[in-house]
Amino acid sequence: MAWFRKKSRDLSGGEKREIPDGVWTKCKGCGEIITSISLKKNFWTCPKCNYHFRIGSRDYVILLLDDESLDEYDGNLVSADPLGFKDSRKYTDRVADARKKTGLNDAVIAGIGKIDGHVVSFAAMDFNFIGGSMGSVVGEKIARAIERSIKREVPLIIISCSGGARMMEGILSLMQMAKTSALLAKLHKMRIPYISVLTNPTTAGVMASYASLGDVIIAEPQALLGFAGPRVIAQTIGGELPPGFQSSEFFLEHGFLDAIVNRSELKKTLSLLLGYMRVPK
Amino acid sequence: MIEYKYLDFEKPIIELDRKIKEMKNLADSENLELSKEIQLLEKKRDRLLKDIYTKLSRWQRIQLARHPLRPYSLDLIKLMFTDFIELHGDRYFADDKAIVGGFGKLDGANIMIIGQQKGRDTKIRQFRNFGMCHPEGYRKALRLMKLAEKFDLPIIIFVDTPGAYPGIGAEERGQAEAIAHNLREMATIEVPIIVVIIGEGASGGALGIGLGDKVFMLENSWYSVISPEGCAAILWKTENIDNPAKIEANKKQAAEALKPIAEDLARLNIIDKIIPEPPGGAHLDHQKTAQILKKELLEALVELEGYSSEQLCNKRLEKYRVIGIYNELR
Repeated sequence: MAWFRKKSRDLSGGEKREIPDGVWTKCKGCGEIITSISLKKNFWTCPKCNYHFRIGSRDYVILLLDDESLDEYDGNLVSADPLGFKDSRKYTDRVADARKKTGLNDAVIAGIGKIDGHVVSFAAMDFNFIGGSMGSVVGEKIARAIERSIKREVPLIIISCSGGARMMEGILSLMQMAKTSALLAKLHKMRIPYISVLTNPTTAGVMASYASLGDVIIAEPQALLGFAGPRVIAQTIGGELPPGFQSSEFFLEHGFLDAIVNRSELKKTLSLLLGYMRVPK
Repeated sequence: MIEYKYLDFEKPIIELDRKIKEMKNLADSENLELSKEIQLLEKKRDRLLKDIYTKLSRWQRIQLARHPLRPYSLDLIKLMFTDFIELHGDRYFADDKAIVGGFGKLDGANIMIIGQQKGRDTKIRQFRNFGMCHPEGYRKALRLMKLAEKFDLPIIIFVDTPGAYPGIGAEERGQAEAIAHNLREMATIEVPIIVVIIGEGASGGALGIGLGDKVFMLENSWYSVISPEGCAAILWKTENIDNPAKIEANKKQAAEALKPIAEDLARLNIIDKIIPEPPGGAHLDHQKTAQILKKELLEALVELEGYSSEQLCNKRLEKYRVIGIYNELR
């Protein structure tokens, strides 16, 4: 496994990625003190309790795609401010900050890449960019990723990590759910495989559109998955939520996941699935 | 009869209405000639009505959309359709009372009607779960749409929900999956789908039955990615604020920022048409509201009947494919 030793394409830290900058770090799952080096070797998962630290979209590119195989598309798409949205801050300032902080132009990167030699249309979301929220840019990039799958007749892989639709683009964000799902209907009709990978968290508008529509849906362990946020549900029912509610394990139990896969096994699993799910000739 | 609290901005009009009625009674009982005075008052009332309603804020419009006397799906169905026969259940789990549907005739034409349903008094409100669907509601709606497709019937959908229900059972039974599945399936249903936002269109709960060839909004309805309350809770953590006036102000600000009213959505090219309501709002005249809407629905049906099912699906996909506003860096 050469990919994680490559120094030039190091997995690097960021605020919401939970990846530590120091030599030592405390696991959020079990409290164990782990060296950052061993954490990194372990795919940013705790060797003791298997807690999966959140990583970024570029990290998934390195983790899942064959070396240097990503041909990135639509990286030049950036948010407009269609509503002139302002709360305590201007939306345009929020976007500018997120771009500066993450080095990304929005909350998803997409392109054509290879997984163990299988050519795929690939997209990975990034929570570090305004909570991975889906506005017009994310919707458009996902739509184009689906269209690339259709045009080239290659499988679609989407790694989701999102709190849902982006509030600051209002109804336009909501409509991205319809746009992406309608295109997936076309993909489905053409019998092109789509594997949806859910990571922590995948909720609301993203969960209620493309993330739920994979032919096969897999999730990393202990991810928060669901439609409504746990706080909203607790408020509505006026009580405590049961333990493990809205976790990957809960989703699997209720029949909405095919499998829970450790990050260390993710590439192998995708590769295996792609071997079975071929585009009919 | 339901106890009815007038909205603040309605009060001056209600007051004038009361005076006009009093004067008419007086004229009748005392046999007085007051027609000039009455006419004057009526003119004043009409001016005032126009004046107030053209200046309503977005937050006030949302109050109208939530008006307890506003016509709900079953009211409109009753006023517009004949021979309505309600169909129940998703065939998997339950019958969701927050959504109604069935066959009906619109000027003699066979139609599948689906609508989210609220209740007017406390008991019915609870029975209808405030118009908040569970997954079985979305699945029931899809079952009826597939039924319509099988028998080549156009589908008319009324959206009126404060959101998909956020509860434990809803999550256990796959609220997100149910909505996502509907979106994908509705994209390729081979009969015309006309969607009308008649009151509240909150987020995925509305969109889950809201994808169609034509999307209309009644003049005083709203449709948004999140309710102003939800938006304010996220942006200003209103649950931790004690001052009700401050919370109210935050909701108003959120309502303005979200651009959720019919004019906003028309401007953003998300909807095809704004359906005008009678003066003062749909709640003041259900009959007239139904009459105006019926005319628009019939017109849209005639237009959509001109397309083959393939044309219909292609046009529907294209309609949604082009939604989005962004910039491309060079």
